[in-house]
Amino acid sequence: MRITQGCFSFLPDLSDEQISKQVEYCLENDWAVGLEYTDEPHPRNTYWEMWGHPMFDLKDPKGVMMELAECRTAHPQSYIRVNAFDSERGFETVRMSFIVNRPDNEPRLTMTRTDVHGRSQSYSWQAAHRG
Amino acid sequence: MTETTEQIADVPEAPSAAIDSVDLSAEFRESGVKEILDELDRELVGLLPVKQRIRETAALLLVERARKQLGLSHQTPTLHMCFTGNPGTGKTTVALRMSNLLHRLGYVRKGHLVSVTRDDLVGQYIGHTAPKTKEVLKRAMGGVLFIDEAYYLYRPDNERDYGQEAIEILLQVMENNRDDLVVILAGYADRMDRFFSSNPGFRSRIAHHIDFPDYTNEELYLISEGMLAEQNYAFTPAAETAMREYIDLRRNQSHFANARSIRNALDRARLRQANRLFESANGPLDAAALSTIDEQDIRMSRVFSGGLDTDKPGSPRP
Repeated sequence: MRITQGCFSFLPDLSDEQISKQVEYCLENDWAVGLEYTDEPHPRNTYWEMWGHPMFDLKDPKGVMMELAECRTAHPQSYIRVNAFDSERGFETVRMSFIVNRPDNEPRLTMTRTDVHGRSQSYSWQAAHRG
Repeated sequence: MTETTEQIADVPEAPSAAIDSVDLSAEFRESGVKEILDELDRELVGLLPVKQRIRETAALLLVERARKQLGLSHQTPTLHMCFTGNPGTGKTTVALRMSNLLHRLGYVRKGHLVSVTRDDLVGQYIGHTAPKTKEVLKRAMGGVLFIDEAYYLYRPDNERDYGQEAIEILLQVMENNRDDLVVILAGYADRMDRFFSSNPGFRSRIAHHIDFPDYTNEELYLISEGMLAEQNYAFTPAAETAMREYIDLRRNQSHFANARSIRNALDRARLRQANRLFESANGPLDAAALSTIDEQDIRMSRVFSGGLDTDKPGSPRP
């Protein structure tokens, strides 16, 4: 099941060239670009593992692409995303985030309904890894 | 050359997809290279061999670019350079211009200069060097990496020195990312030679060796005038003579660093001028008085009494 989160996730996967252009856009806006990876794409799993430090003071997307290439070799079967952090006062948050690597077999997200008090129900999601 | 221009005149509206001729002089004008070379001539005193080499390099790159447009060459030429020369001969300044030049010619994408020394590349403990070097390289991508006093990267007396690791990463990136960044090494000529002979990999990856000569006394004087003019100061005629004498004497004293020594001398002269004005002036001062360096501001320098006391021969060691 194709996991959709962040920007562009309803589009076909971005090519390296397209990723590079998006990173270029982030750098033009003075956002610090960082890479994160995880094998647990549950929507509530907000904090992924960081790959190295966020990259400040970059002028060219090549630096990010080099790190991405290394991260892909180390974690080919993980989700990898690019985060662009805006340090401007008032934002101070991630302004853009998109997935740049997916495992061959993506887990299924399943929803479970549980009856609780009275007739109310609670919903929970589970990422079911196959095999 | 003339043939090419004629061809262009014959076919004024050749489709851009199938270019079959290139007008070099138009390229030269349009790429903005001319402005940079003119600027170099105007703003940098002396350095004739350096300017000549840069002119040649620019011509080579322009031709190479034209060849690429005609589909004659596909490889990026090796652009890594080595600047050798004594301290204060303008290596950093020229590197800055060089990055601008390469950017105008389209050989680097962004054209910024990242200036580093050993401390920025080499770590303190095992496993610290590689991330540190890579961090710097990532910042330099799309621009020029200027490594000042590059020979400090290699310490022959310590075989466990982490500098070797930085050198290996640098070499790898210089080879694999030739499209992405240009590395300029800088340092004193003799030490750079020793550095290259112990790291032959570096020498073969560097195409352009540019040697920066020392400035002559006259050039140094012109530089001092230029520096003062930049800050809206001027010499009195007596101060001019004093400055010329100062340069003459300073050259033979220790720690002489060409233009940098001049800059420091002028900074101290301005300090003395401020002091002089403060102590002697009673009543209002006009702009001319505030921006004039007088003879005594320069004559009071220790250079005229034979340099720093500790540098004098026969002086008791502290």
